[in-house]
Amino acid sequence: MSNLTKKAKSLHKIPIARPSIGVAGRTGTWRWMKPVVDLSKCTKCYQCEIYCPDNSISVEALKGAVVNYEYCKGCGVCAEVCPAKAISMVEEEQHGP
Amino acid sequence: MSSTPTLPRDMRNTVLPGHAACHGCPIPMGLKVVGAVFGDKVILVVPACCTSVVLGMHPGTAFNGSVIHVAFASAAAVASGISAGLFKRGVRGVQVVAWAGDGGTADIGMASLSGAAERNDDFIYVMYDNEAYMNTGIQRSSATPAGAWTTTTPLGKKESKKDVTKILIAHGVPYVATASIAYPHDFYNKLKKAAGIRGFKFIYLHAPCPVGWRFDPSLTVKVAKLAVETGMIILYEYYDGKIHISGPSRPLLDKSRRRPLIEYLKFQGRFHGISEGELRNLESYVDSSWEWVKKFMQ
Repeated sequence: MSNLTKKAKSLHKIPIARPSIGVAGRTGTWRWMKPVVDLSKCTKCYQCEIYCPDNSISVEALKGAVVNYEYCKGCGVCAEVCPAKAISMVEEEQHGP
Repeated sequence: MSSTPTLPRDMRNTVLPGHAACHGCPIPMGLKVVGAVFGDKVILVVPACCTSVVLGMHPGTAFNGSVIHVAFASAAAVASGISAGLFKRGVRGVQVVAWAGDGGTADIGMASLSGAAERNDDFIYVMYDNEAYMNTGIQRSSATPAGAWTTTTPLGKKESKKDVTKILIAHGVPYVATASIAYPHDFYNKLKKAAGIRGFKFIYLHAPCPVGWRFDPSLTVKVAKLAVETGMIILYEYYDGKIHISGPSRPLLDKSRRRPLIEYLKFQGRFHGISEGELRNLESYVDSSWEWVKKFMQ
């Protein structure tokens, strides 16, 4: 490494953003409707996981669809695309953090 | 049932939870498919658009891959430079994807896009079309369809939509395709196909915005599906000088199998004030775009 690039490196630390979970905070607090999965109806078709914009519902092979309530924004896309109608939207009892 | 997931592993890890998108946003759905195809072997070039908001602010980013945020008009120019640089350095197996909105493609980024297409630079350009400038407050763009309400066209837009895919086909690039977020498997196949072709690849991605189009966030996928089923958006690929209609749109070549256009419009608040004449105009726009597609199928 030349002296010039060394100097440039010490002078300017490039602020690089790293991939991290929750860049906008705990987005679960944005939710006013909550998806609740009826695991007895879940056919593990993966539709909810494919479409979920927040990537906070995942289908576990043995159990069924599991929602990550910490980051789920409660948009209701999963309930709409579910062909077995296993997901229902329930109103949150407590709003905000 | 086996314990191996039926989804590509990277589809789960690419868009990280807790990003800054609105409820029911179609952009992360599209980015997940990009992640499913390329994993973290992708360099995403994002101009000023909704995606630069979705991916979040400095110490973190919601996309588990390399992202470069650039000025509005320069997405295609920067992507050209990166792909040329990677080629010169001998880096293979990393895909450069320019991911721009309709404003950054059809209006502001048109010049650099046209330049990159003419030079046939080796990268994929994805235009996700939410049909207005959404994150700045729903102003009209040239990709807004006729009759749609926006804050700058309070009585409905008078001009019809600019079809960027037609413009790109006229450039004679090796691969042009249209896709919709409602058909992720179709979009996946198109990205896979584009990754195997050298040269400039353009993919149009239809992405309904719940905020700007004034519909309930849960209906994002339904509205996107209806856009295809009514024939408003035609899914096709263009290569070898011919248009090849994709699966979801193939039965709709027969006009009687298309759903009436009003079924697509009635879910959207932005079309509430649409007059009978404007509806006829939109219907004739749909018919003429199908006629155009049929002409290029021979």
